Amino acid sequence: MSVLLIALGAALGAPLRYLTDRAVQARHGSRFPWGTLTVNVAGSLLLGVVTGVPTAPAVTALVGTGFCGALTTWSTFGYETVRLARAGDRRFALANVLVSVVAGLGAATLGFALARALAG
Amino acid sequence: MTSPSSRRVDPDVDLRVPADRGELAAHPAAVLGVVAAGGALGALARAGVQAALPHSPTGFPWSTCTVNVTGCLLIGALMAVLGRRRAGPLVRPLLGVGVLGGFTTFSAYAMDVHRALAAGAAGTALAYLVATLVGGLAAVTAGDALAGRLLDRADRRRPGAGRGGRGPGRPDPAAERPGRRDAR
Repeated sequence: MSVLLIALGAALGAPLRYLTDRAVQARHGSRFPWGTLTVNVAGSLLLGVVTGVPTAPAVTALVGTGFCGALTTWSTFGYETVRLARAGDRRFALANVLVSVVAGLGAATLGFALARALAG
Repeated sequence: MTSPSSRRVDPDVDLRVPADRGELAAHPAAVLGVVAAGGALGALARAGVQAALPHSPTGFPWSTCTVNVTGCLLIGALMAVLGRRRAGPLVRPLLGVGVLGGFTTFSAYAMDVHRALAAGAAGTALAYLVATLVGGLAAVTAGDALAGRLLDRADRRRPGAGRGGRGPGRPDPAAERPGRRDAR
């Protein structure tokens, strides 16, 4: 059961990451990986919410492990950071690490706190 | 690699790379389909590792750390191979965007740090945060270097199979470090 839910959530999350990344890139010409940052922060916020409210294991599998897990990515973030650093964009690489970690952690914390507050 | 993909920063999709720019319009259902299928496979593999290596809120999240560092090693290797070998148009969407994107996760990484901090284990949170960063970035570099070395060896064994005219053991700088050309 949870295997199917994880697969379903991921089958939605991964294409949404691809489409979001494309859409964000289409709106600017910067080398900074705004697309990946967007999905990583959004997914962290949503996982915070899902973790903050009492949910059934099925919801955790579908939305948390499946959807949020596949919407966000560490491999793409890591590759982009190394690529930027090697391209001489050291400041972009460092900024990508700092902004992703701070915004991702902040989003997860915010989502968790909001969900806790709303769930009472 | 001398093609425009040497400008690539984003391995998922980079609109500066013409092949990436056109792939969705060329075969939308196939691209989104393999991304979805690969993502599901990757996520299930991740869930398997997480189930096999559970951790307490104050414990070090070995499973997610292992998954993310391994995924970084593999994306480095995959992109090195794709930069130097012909591959079908769906290989990157399937393996890079789908499988590795679904396998690795930033949301669980952020949530793990939050959970450890909330449990009062600031040391664990910091160690995990830094270890994943250092390990992941080193793994991308290692995967790229390792795949590059293996491709070089294969090229030497079969002259003409890869891109000719390159000295042994010396990867094409444009393939692996396009930035040297782009910098400045």
